[in-house]
Amino acid sequence: MTVGLVLVSHSGKLAEGLAEVAEQMAPDVLIVPAGGLPEGTIGTDYDRVVAAVQRADRGDGVVLLYDLGSAQMTAELAVESLPDPEAAVVADAPFVEGTVAAAVAAQGGASRADVLAAAAAAGAPDLAAPTATRGADVDRVELVLHNEVGLHARPAAVMARALVGVEADVSVALGEQEADAHSVLALMSLGARKGDRIEVRARGAQATQALDVVRKLVEENFGEA
Amino acid sequence: MSCTASGVADALRAAAAVVAEHRVELIELDRAIGDGDHGENMNRGFTAIVSALDTAVPETPGAVLKLAATTLISKVGGAAGPLYGTAFLRASTAVGSELDTAAVVAGLRAALEGVQARGKAVEGDKTMVDALIPAVAAAEQAAGTEGADIAAVLSAAADAAAKGAESTVDLVARKGRASYLGERSAGHLDPGARSTALLLGSFARAAR
Repeated sequence: MTVGLVLVSHSGKLAEGLAEVAEQMAPDVLIVPAGGLPEGTIGTDYDRVVAAVQRADRGDGVVLLYDLGSAQMTAELAVESLPDPEAAVVADAPFVEGTVAAAVAAQGGASRADVLAAAAAAGAPDLAAPTATRGADVDRVELVLHNEVGLHARPAAVMARALVGVEADVSVALGEQEADAHSVLALMSLGARKGDRIEVRARGAQATQALDVVRKLVEENFGEA
Repeated sequence: MSCTASGVADALRAAAAVVAEHRVELIELDRAIGDGDHGENMNRGFTAIVSALDTAVPETPGAVLKLAATTLISKVGGAAGPLYGTAFLRASTAVGSELDTAAVVAGLRAALEGVQARGKAVEGDKTMVDALIPAVAAAEQAAGTEGADIAAVLSAAADAAAKGAESTVDLVARKGRASYLGERSAGHLDPGARSTALLLGSFARAAR
């Protein structure tokens, strides 16, 4: 079971499109779009949001994300009116980045509080690599990316997700740039493409395992066909 | 003197008539600095309240206000739906089953607090809060006057709300859709403050 997500938007298409993007990176997370008015026009519909929250809740709670202005109010009102208002929470996060970060965190089995934190952190992503991965005594491995899209959204999500629960600080370096391997947005910001040589650095009790996990993903082209 | 559930229902019917009468005015105010749907949305919401009351009038003043709240939340949309919905919902809890002057004041104060909690607006942001804050203060003062009845309290609130709404003309919006316009929002009456003043005016007339 995972935390469910509800996407509250003024537009049905926007909510559905964003759910589609996020589902790519988080196939097991229930992401319910709640956009637009019943007649298909622009606006947020309270009843639709309440129904979406109830559908998204599979027992581990729900995080709601919203696009603009009144969507926040509709989302908050919907949460307050639930039989158990503790079951859901509204994230103060950018709609697209926050949803992607929340979905990836939920896919990794994160608690509702951690999914919420992941969404909020997407507002001002800390792109800096963990300082623990600096220094001479850090475990490292060099790898060449052979998959078509490089460290694009889906592979970045696959990597961040695979490292959830592995006890190690891990970073990925491309040339002078270094990114936190636990953050999808940070990994994407490297802009590593097919053919690029990356260095994966890890420190911690399970540093060796962490490097193995990443090496395997790279060798298997992140599961790309 | 206290007001019954059917008295509250009559006040809501009066409000619906006023909203319908001012539908175009609210649309035009909103078109100037927002998205132009406020008149239509409010009219849809209050028409739905009247339909619900035609079916059955709940037994207590609080229950009537709660019916109004849930109807507005479902039917109005935009920012006004959650804001007015929250206002009526908080008022319904505050007034309970017996509506006297103290309960009217408590209801108005709860409505203001609900709107501020929901929309995060403060005085001077060019929103309905600029009508509600002076309305609550005036209602409190009127309720403290010897022999004041509900009509007197609501009249004082309505007059203050009308003045408060007028004061939004000079303000630059800091909340809501109009805030995107920045300085250009000045010179226009805020549609939310206007609808708040209209509602309180209709309640005051219904109470006489």
